[in-house]
Amino acid sequence: MRKILISCLFVFGFALFLNAQDHSHDHHNHDHHNHDHHDHNHDHAHKDDHSSHGGCGHHEVDPATWDPAPTAFHHISDANVFSIGPFSIPLPCILYAPDHGLSMFMSSKFDFDWNAHEGTGHKAIDRYVLDLGVVRRIKDNSFPMGEIKIDGITHKKENDVTVGYVCYGGNKYQIEDQSTIDGGVFGGGMTSFYDFSISKNVISMFLMVLFLFWLFRSVANTYKKRRGMAPTGKQSLVEAIFVFIQDEVAKPFLGHKWEKFTPFLMALFFFILALNLFGQIPFLGGSNATGNLALTLVLAVITFFVVNLNGNKHYWQHIFNFPDVPAPVKAILTPIEILGVFIKPLTLMLRLFANITAGHIVIIIFISLIFMFSEFGRNMGIGVGAAAGSVFLTLFMMAIELLVAFIQAFVFTILTASYIGAATEEAHH
Amino acid sequence: MFILADFDFNVMRPGFGLLFWGTVTFLLFWWGVGKVGFKPIMNALKEREDDIQGALDEAKKAREEMANLKSEHTALLAQAREERSEIMRSAKEAKENIINEARTKAKEESSRIIASAKEQIENEKMAALIDIKNKSGNMALEIAEKILQKELKGSSDQQTFVQKLVDDIKLN
Repeated sequence: MRKILISCLFVFGFALFLNAQDHSHDHHNHDHHNHDHHDHNHDHAHKDDHSSHGGCGHHEVDPATWDPAPTAFHHISDANVFSIGPFSIPLPCILYAPDHGLSMFMSSKFDFDWNAHEGTGHKAIDRYVLDLGVVRRIKDNSFPMGEIKIDGITHKKENDVTVGYVCYGGNKYQIEDQSTIDGGVFGGGMTSFYDFSISKNVISMFLMVLFLFWLFRSVANTYKKRRGMAPTGKQSLVEAIFVFIQDEVAKPFLGHKWEKFTPFLMALFFFILALNLFGQIPFLGGSNATGNLALTLVLAVITFFVVNLNGNKHYWQHIFNFPDVPAPVKAILTPIEILGVFIKPLTLMLRLFANITAGHIVIIIFISLIFMFSEFGRNMGIGVGAAAGSVFLTLFMMAIELLVAFIQAFVFTILTASYIGAATEEAHH
Repeated sequence: MFILADFDFNVMRPGFGLLFWGTVTFLLFWWGVGKVGFKPIMNALKEREDDIQGALDEAKKAREEMANLKSEHTALLAQAREERSEIMRSAKEAKENIINEARTKAKEESSRIIASAKEQIENEKMAALIDIKNKSGNMALEIAEKILQKELKGSSDQQTFVQKLVDDIKLN
């Protein structure tokens, strides 16, 4: 996916071409910069240790080979710190390792730089470390427990998977991600610990749910207070969207049963919409909850249960024993129908995830163009020009993303409504 | 300050934490906001829709009633107008009748008054004449008596004769 995305961006290739052209001219500056960097960060060796060449020594960004994709992936990832602008706010960590038990503490205990965006901890807590804002765990049992000051964290590309190492006492200890349920399909799988932290995405969810709770409660109260009067203020805004979902989604698809399922459809729509929009506020965490497969999976599974638990005889008959169809056709049709039951929520899950994630990645890559053209501050002239172009492109993309936020929330809701409608439809032949 | 974030595409790996909190949060949201927000709003909207429909129906009914009333009204007006002209005609007739009657009555009365006046005048005249006759007779008698007293010294034959003579006198 990453490769397709990047190859799609011809601008990116053009940038690389420019970078290669200017590389030799910049060599002197490059070295100078390196020395500066070294002196300045003398006692913070770990801060910039992200070398892909091994060791926890200094790393220098090479404009010729720099790849914006990992930066994009870092920004769309869930995290155990909440970064607002250049500052990082600690979040509660709830970690469970079968060999150690439950650990609960604030992520500030990892001792990350509050005024730095990346959130890399300077300490290991019971073999947990904070690597680029994400809690990871040292695999090696020989690493000491408790609060340990570490020398840094480095990463290495191994078989297309990025592997992190903690440098401590002259040794390197491999770290691993939290357990995930993808079973290794997307490079995850079960590891030595589970992360139940109130992460950035979870905090965003809580905030949005509290906000929506407040909004709908006050709007409902306004309806009670202003009975028989025209809507005002936020009531007008909510009502316009509410009535749209109710009359254009719930009623046409669900027939006379619309009242039973409208709260579910509303919950889906407003939950997705709020998180989509919250994730698009620049410099405010950049949370990507609806662009995380875990959350879209949750929504898809809940939709799956709502659809199938409400399926009537007519619905199941059309899946297992399609009426008025010859037996050989049934033999083909039935497996397809059974697959369809699972594919429907699967497409819901992937569609929302892919749309939101793709939008965020494109924006980050447009922003990255500034750094690539300016060769990370070494060529300010081109950088200013690139910034102007990038701002335009980013603004354009953000406008599209705003549209996508509504469209995807709407699409998820209308498809769910159509699935519920199909499952609860009465026989009409 | 440039971060080279060596980072994987981990958003496709659903972690247990987000799965757990996502499920809890969404179910709570569905239940909680459904209870305090969605259902009351749905009911309020339905109520208002019914109200609006009711108001529209009522307005339609009122309009129809108005149209009915208007036709009734015009009919009534026409009837009233007719009645008015009828009343006016009859009033005119009555007036003429009254005037005519009054006129004839007045004529009759006046003729009757004139007649009775004439009669009375006649009667008075007659009475006056009789009176004059009597008085003149008496005067003549007195005169005659006086003359005769002088000449005859109250002879009853003579008095009778004179009376007879007086009666014979026709005053014409």
